[in-house]
Amino acid sequence: MTVKQISVFVENRPGSLADFTKVLAEHNLDMRALSLAETPDFGILRIIVEDSYETATTLKDAGYVCSITPVLAVEIPDHPGGLYEVVKILGENQINIEYTYAFNSRKAEAAYMVFRVGDNEKAIEALSKNNVRLLSQDELLSANA
Amino acid sequence: MERYFHPEIECASREQIRAWQDAGLVKTVAHVYKNVPYYRNLMDQKGVKPEDIKSVDDLHKLPFISKDDLREAYPYGMLALPVSEAVRIQSTSGTTGRRVVAFYTQHDLDLWEDCCARAIVAAGGTKEDVVHVCYGYGLFTGGPGLNGGSHKLGSLTLPMSSGNTDRQIQFMCDLGSTILCCTPSYAAFLAESICERGLKDQIKLKAGIFGAEAWSEEMRQDIQNKLGIKAYDIYGLTEIAGPGVAFECSEQTGMHINEDHFIAEIIDPKTGEVLPEGEKGELVFTTITKEAFPMIRYRTRDICVLTREKCSCGRTHVKMSKPMGRSDDMLIVKGVNVFPSQIETVLLNKGYPANYQIVVSRENNSDILDVQVEMTPEMFSDAVSEVSTRERELVGALKSMLGIYANVKLVAPKTITRSEGKAVRIIDKRNLY
Repeated sequence: MTVKQISVFVENRPGSLADFTKVLAEHNLDMRALSLAETPDFGILRIIVEDSYETATTLKDAGYVCSITPVLAVEIPDHPGGLYEVVKILGENQINIEYTYAFNSRKAEAAYMVFRVGDNEKAIEALSKNNVRLLSQDELLSANA
Repeated sequence: MERYFHPEIECASREQIRAWQDAGLVKTVAHVYKNVPYYRNLMDQKGVKPEDIKSVDDLHKLPFISKDDLREAYPYGMLALPVSEAVRIQSTSGTTGRRVVAFYTQHDLDLWEDCCARAIVAAGGTKEDVVHVCYGYGLFTGGPGLNGGSHKLGSLTLPMSSGNTDRQIQFMCDLGSTILCCTPSYAAFLAESICERGLKDQIKLKAGIFGAEAWSEEMRQDIQNKLGIKAYDIYGLTEIAGPGVAFECSEQTGMHINEDHFIAEIIDPKTGEVLPEGEKGELVFTTITKEAFPMIRYRTRDICVLTREKCSCGRTHVKMSKPMGRSDDMLIVKGVNVFPSQIETVLLNKGYPANYQIVVSRENNSDILDVQVEMTPEMFSDAVSEVSTRERELVGALKSMLGIYANVKLVAPKTITRSEGKAVRIIDKRNLY
């Protein structure tokens, strides 16, 4: 139960994100989630889109280096302490979080986060056992729509 | 009054210098033809025999040699005597795995150190001086050369080697260093550090001998003003001897080449044709007194001008201008020779494509080497830590190949400037020449 994230190499300079989003706009590609990690030289953009394959192909054609990574999309109980309940499970099971980011939903009662962890299988098992809801690619897209 | 280490040699008549050169050339050509098969082959290919060389006028008949020959003959192929006769090696920074190794007999070391002693005296040095040498020691010729020259002169010599600026300044103050020998960029850095710490009145420096990299007249003025000294240029290369092949006198308008040991020519780098005096071209050296590692018509790749106009210092040896550029793609960064091919080798070894650009700049008189590498799918990862680790590995590999630190900057694919389809490999922003 993972979702496909596209990671894209972008330079850390003015206009870099504008160039990137222009490509998406021109190809009518919609993003569901986005996060950007930066270093002094470069950034790594992480996006979740409806059609991963089409988007990745379009980006490659536009000269971008990108890769597809399976990540976990987790429904977070939308109340104080909700995130703590989820990450506590990962910590107790010795599962390292490489990075995480939240994304918006139009479903008012739910919050969602993406987790990139050291061991997907182990994380899925631990979270499911504790009744944390993981979203599939389809669910994520419809939950968001 | 101008002082000389070897007045009878440094101020000899042109006729006398010419007589030394004629005799030295004939002897050296016979020596290499007999003892170095590599030279014998080159001369045979060109159809020239030792007996064809009767004076400097015949020099042009001899074949050139280059760094490529030295690499091909590595390590012992150019050695003109049995190994048992050599007492020292020095070496230049490596290129694509193979370094250039030069050999010295005791006689060779003596003549090299004499050249350095002449440079120190020309900078106003006497045995009363305290000579502070912060060129690197070891395989690099900078430290050993000036160290030896200072010994010849009988000056107190501080073998500081490079780095540890605090200790450099401490010793300079405590021991009263009077002559500083280092790269010009390090001199500028030291000057700034001394001024920042308000120690200018604690130092006794009167002169500096700065070489191993290109520096501008503006940089000279800056160092002279900040340290209150006279700054002299010195030139040399390991293949020929090391620093001291040529040195500046009080006139500070070019460097006298030690013509009793080295014959200088200027050639057209494209055709190899010898150019008349005063024309700009590639500097070529022939050694005429060295025993272990004689060089016949060695192409330095340095572009400069020679002049035999009378010098106010009284020295009669020919003067070379500061190098005005290179006829190959070698860069000198922080005094170290850097070839783009070395960087290419590291990239390929590490599995990167040879898509790179070298950007050299200078900040606060210190060289900065940036290597821009285009990102590829193989190098890329969604995790910053992984990309950064790969970047660090590349920095480490470049450091061990080049001997100096290079910043690696990952850039987007196909962003490295291409002119007429060919990548522009080097951008030197220093305006050195």
